[in-house]
Amino acid sequence: MSYVIKGETGDWEVVIGLEVHCQVISNAKLFSGAATDFGAEPNTQVSLVDAAMPGMLPVINEQCVRQAIKTGLGLKAQINTKSVFARKNYFYADLPQGYQISQADQPIVGAGTIILDMPDGSTREIGIERLHLEQDAGKSLHDQDPKRTFIDLNRTGVALMEIVSDPDMRSPEEAGAYLRKLRSIVRYLETCDGNMDQGSMRCDVNVSVRPVGSDELRTRAETKNVNSVRFAMQAIEFEAARQVEIYDNGGEVVQETRLFDSQKGTTRSMRSKEHAHDYRYFPDPDLLPLVFSDELVAEIKATLPELPDERKDRYINDFGLSPYDAGVLVAEKDTAIYFEEVAKGRDAKMAANWVINNLFAVLSDKGVGISESPISAPNLGELLGLIADDTISTKIAKDVFEVMLETGDAPQKIVEDKGLKQITDTGAIEAAVDAAIAAGAAQVAQYKGGNEKILGWFVGQVMKATQGKANPGQVNKLLKEKLDG
Amino acid sequence: MTKLTDLNIATARDGLAKGDFSAAELAEAYIQAVEAGRDLNAYITETPEVALERARESDDRRAKGDHIGAMDGIPVAMKDLFCTEGVLTTAGSHILDGFVPAYESTVSANLRSAGAVMLGKTNLDEFAMGSSNITSYYGPVKNPWTGSDGKDLVPGGSSGGSAAAVAGGLAMAATGTDTGGSIRQPASFCGIVGIKPTYGRCSRWGVVAFASSLDQAGPMTQTVQDAAIMLGAMAGHDPKDSTSAPIAVPDFEAAVTGDVKGLTIGIPKEYKMDGMDPQIQALWDQGIAWLKDAGCNIKEVSLPHTKYALAAYYIVAPAEASANLARYDGVRYGLRVPGDSLDDMYMNTRGEGFGDEVQRRILIGTYALSSGYYDAYYIKAQKVRTLIANDFKTAFQDVDAILTPTAPSAAFALGEKQDDPVAMYLNDVFTVPTSLAGLPGISVPAGLSSDGLPLGLQVIGKAFDEGTLLNVASKLESAAAFNHKPGREG
Repeated sequence: MSYVIKGETGDWEVVIGLEVHCQVISNAKLFSGAATDFGAEPNTQVSLVDAAMPGMLPVINEQCVRQAIKTGLGLKAQINTKSVFARKNYFYADLPQGYQISQADQPIVGAGTIILDMPDGSTREIGIERLHLEQDAGKSLHDQDPKRTFIDLNRTGVALMEIVSDPDMRSPEEAGAYLRKLRSIVRYLETCDGNMDQGSMRCDVNVSVRPVGSDELRTRAETKNVNSVRFAMQAIEFEAARQVEIYDNGGEVVQETRLFDSQKGTTRSMRSKEHAHDYRYFPDPDLLPLVFSDELVAEIKATLPELPDERKDRYINDFGLSPYDAGVLVAEKDTAIYFEEVAKGRDAKMAANWVINNLFAVLSDKGVGISESPISAPNLGELLGLIADDTISTKIAKDVFEVMLETGDAPQKIVEDKGLKQITDTGAIEAAVDAAIAAGAAQVAQYKGGNEKILGWFVGQVMKATQGKANPGQVNKLLKEKLDG
Repeated sequence: MTKLTDLNIATARDGLAKGDFSAAELAEAYIQAVEAGRDLNAYITETPEVALERARESDDRRAKGDHIGAMDGIPVAMKDLFCTEGVLTTAGSHILDGFVPAYESTVSANLRSAGAVMLGKTNLDEFAMGSSNITSYYGPVKNPWTGSDGKDLVPGGSSGGSAAAVAGGLAMAATGTDTGGSIRQPASFCGIVGIKPTYGRCSRWGVVAFASSLDQAGPMTQTVQDAAIMLGAMAGHDPKDSTSAPIAVPDFEAAVTGDVKGLTIGIPKEYKMDGMDPQIQALWDQGIAWLKDAGCNIKEVSLPHTKYALAAYYIVAPAEASANLARYDGVRYGLRVPGDSLDDMYMNTRGEGFGDEVQRRILIGTYALSSGYYDAYYIKAQKVRTLIANDFKTAFQDVDAILTPTAPSAAFALGEKQDDPVAMYLNDVFTVPTSLAGLPGISVPAGLSSDGLPLGLQVIGKAFDEGTLLNVASKLESAAAFNHKPGREG
């Protein structure tokens, strides 16, 4: 499923690297004790350190360090037990210190990998170059006053993990899969909530193009702050086409920072003034190098939850699910937990089918996530139990499912209230079968004449007579016995 | 009875304990002295109400028999680089106009909890950048000592206001900060004791930053014993400063025994510089003789990278300063000079708010960190710094302390060297290597120049060995019997 851009001068492929900023889930900011709640009143979560008052000093928050190590381990990455914080210098009104404390040449996490689950069930391995810790900036609010810009420092100093991929992706779909997988991993780890719409996960997209078959890396353009998976894919599509057009016209792509316009699905160049930065990185003299022991890494490693890749393998190996179904079920931790509760002690394949084919359709119609599912996992499990023990047929189960959706009632109760319990009493079924045969002399003749399909007519008659409650297997068996006999 | 302002920390402590006078009387005496000595321009902000209030609190504690701190009732001046809650804090700069912190620096808070009484905030070179206190937005400080021709002299810097206040009797003691010599050089120029402790000994929290990897607070006092008392009250581990050393503070006063017999004192041959003032060499030789007489072994040591120290310092310190001073942008506090755009506002504010020397150092630092120059300047300077620290490490394998002059000259006239920054930077030639190595250094007044001006000797110690340092300094102090007083006292 290669992604090829047909240019006038030939076929081109796109080379994509992503820089993702993940806001660390923590009790407090990276270097100050201030809280980090989303959506608080402006400037209510600001310490003296965040506001860069004279003489204030940063002190590292150990919890943020642990979260970064945990994320690094989740990315199967090298953990650097010694790393260095550096100052990245630039002036902006929402950057009170006049520098961002970040990590430059000595990040806390080195090379790792992410495995992408592609829609066709195949996988792709993408390299992670590094993960480093840094401070977030505040927010400039340009829309509060016609003339002035307001500054909200609540976000100032919040811990971010910047996760940089290798330029390993070759299509917008792969980039989308990367973002979804990364989000899934950090959510499993509970190191970042991954909510791109709230800005707790933000993405910068690096795109270049090259002729198909070439392995060169051409000049890239970086599109900043793309805040959804779909937007990232759109930005890549647009950028790739734009760059191909430039080369087709004999031009050169310039290395620059661009902004994504979510209304138009396009990117545009930032004014050069805004990005002509020489950041003058140097080690922050207010902070000692960040050093921790291998024991700490081992301790954190021992607390790692089962991650999506391992879970997927387990679903394939233990439950016999297809790689596609397994991938779909593990993508969100909540879905996986839901599924496992449904499947517990039951037929896992059947559970997977019900969750993926029936429940997902409903959730998607209602536009809600699994955590807001109108049908609880125990209830769906109970429904599957009723099918398994022949209390109801699969067909009746679908009706019960609809009622569950509306009422939220337990399936057992619905079956009892509505008298939907399957008839498995052979005597009662036999009577209905006999009645059908008696009433269908013409159909009997057809059957005897070799038309086996006519059997369905008899089944229909029996089901009609029993309001669909007769056990279909028993009905078929009896009909055949009697007609053949 | 002696004038209350003639007392020092140790003698005042005794007088207060005996009830000879109250802390309030002591404070009153100093408040009057401060007023009378205003022509020195040693203070930017006088805080007589704060002083009296704290003095009365001290008297109350004593009356009630409450715990009495090491500095209880002692009137001190605070260098205006320490943020003080509710009291204007300027760093000697226009850019901090009207800045009244809502917090108290750890060092000043430590002093307060030891019972010290704050008289006011002393003048300093702007952002502690200078060696003569002429870069202050609040005007130059005059040295209480005057030249033989009666000319006004600089007090040294950057802690010039603190040094002048202590020498001129406008404070019993004062806090200083030292980045490359800013405690020791003015102490030498004003004939007082000044110690820069080991980097990490005193918290930097709440001290307006100049160069974070070098800045260190310390006491400026009339005697070595006072320095020991006051340092004990200022120092201590502070979890709010990541570079603060998690080490207990020893009883420095107890370390000053006066017995230095058997100690080995190093004399660094590289400090004997070409063209050195013969008076300075003579003073140094005298110091060596005193310590020899006291039973010390004298040993020549080599600090081979000394000649690169000043150059390395003037890369590292401005580089750090260029980032540390970025926060003064007119957005949140201090001066704001409006402009048509954010960038204009920055340029107007910083252009008006910072003086020439500060702007010069921001430019030097920005340049040294710039892409393409970083390796040649900043990285190289850091390498030199490591070599210098190693020089000391090697030397201290053989010696217990090192003796050098504090400054290459006595105090010079106001206006001198002002247009020659490099000549000005040379003031710190003997103090900067210690700062780069993070080691403690103390300046003790040891004699007078031919013009009748004080000259100091510097003792350099091992990291966190301020006890030995103070003890050796105390021996020099008693041998020198320096009891000269400046011409103009407050």
